Amino acid sequence: MRGNVEAHLVVAPGSLAAVLDLIAAMPGEWTPIAGGTEIMVAHAAGRPVAEKLVSIWGIPELRFIEDRSESIAIGAATTFSDLRAHAAIDGDWPLLSAASAWIGCVANQSRATVGGNVVNGSPAADSSPAFLVYDAEIELVSSRGSRRMPYAAFHTGYKQNAMAPDELLYAIHLPRRFARHRQYLRKVGTRRAMAIAKVALAATALLENGQISEIRVAAASLAPFPTRMLQVETALLGQPINSITIRSARAALLAEARPIDDIRSTAEYRRQVAANLLQEFLIKLRTGDTSK
Amino acid sequence: MNAPWTTVRFNLNGEACAVNAPPIKRLLDVLREDLRLTGTKEGCGEGECGSCSVRMNGELVNSCLVPVIQAEGATLQTVEGLATNGELHPLQKAFLACGGAQCGICTPGMLMAAAQLLAVNPHPNIAEIREGLAGNLCRCTGFMRIFESVVQTAANEGASIEERPAHAR
Repeated sequence: MRGNVEAHLVVAPGSLAAVLDLIAAMPGEWTPIAGGTEIMVAHAAGRPVAEKLVSIWGIPELRFIEDRSESIAIGAATTFSDLRAHAAIDGDWPLLSAASAWIGCVANQSRATVGGNVVNGSPAADSSPAFLVYDAEIELVSSRGSRRMPYAAFHTGYKQNAMAPDELLYAIHLPRRFARHRQYLRKVGTRRAMAIAKVALAATALLENGQISEIRVAAASLAPFPTRMLQVETALLGQPINSITIRSARAALLAEARPIDDIRSTAEYRRQVAANLLQEFLIKLRTGDTSK
Repeated sequence: MNAPWTTVRFNLNGEACAVNAPPIKRLLDVLREDLRLTGTKEGCGEGECGSCSVRMNGELVNSCLVPVIQAEGATLQTVEGLATNGELHPLQKAFLACGGAQCGICTPGMLMAAAQLLAVNPHPNIAEIREGLAGNLCRCTGFMRIFESVVQTAANEGASIEERPAHAR
């Protein structure tokens, strides 16, 4: 049954400072709402939605993409349409551009925000694997100040994260140092648009003198939250790519993955497909295939 | 809790408009119930089917997912805003000519998604048309006549439908 529209207070203070003051006065009481692609769906379905919502839509201080030469800063309320349209993102962080293009459809991408995707913390979040393999940093802000942390440390459990009750996600920072890396991202879903990932795998790696000198692998829908696959990385670091290392990397992934059975897929399917995606990436890495 | 209602002002199909409503009320319901513009349809009510698509500030949105408070100051276009001075929009004419509409529930959303696509890309190839309409479901036509309607609109508007690779957009 649909939620009651009379039961929710929604305010739109209009500036970042006013939002932070509001949250600071009653930490944990106010839930931010940006494009509504999560909260409005939950409300329509009659699932629990916070009584007090503070709108962060339409606040220019939170919707920006700022190129800082060594890195790029993406404001929390930046939409996936904004990301798709940004030439530097497409050029230097193409996995993020690709992930943005397969989130829902045009009408979702124009409303869904980077901050919403990250804070919501779905295990299947489309943008998260790309952020993880680009070593993203999260910038949190509150009326007390701001702090930064590695995105890899942000999720702490299913739909849980490292934010304090008075904090708001302010921006995501991506270092610009992946020009030489081979990059990979593939999502497996039921159709190209409007599908939530059964499983997705992202990777960035450097191959030098026939050996993997740097590698990051991250996955969606293989754990209670989007996560780096550290055992897979360890199994591959410093190794050449051959049938033996591919086999050991697959084994590491199968040991590390913690997928579940749900309405979209089964744990076993997710494990096997993820291992196949990893193998596909490694073969592309070895052969120098640059197609995405 | 009975939350206070809020007054929201926006420009709707070229006219200034003000409504008083609960702030989380869906833009879809405000359009249909408060403003009696029933062209915009509800399908799934959860952003999956595109029936409620409208244009907001030059972007396509699902009006079922927009709490009306976020429409404050917005420029909105619904299917009622496509025809001008009693003359159908070229997309509407093409949907008629090509059989792009059958039962009609998806049609307003399809028209708005197609209008959005042609506004940002007047010369879409077929892959771009499919992507532009990917969030709009039709259970009657099988989609081909809808795609053909968009192709014909672009052609009639002096655009040549070129096959271009997606990365050249």
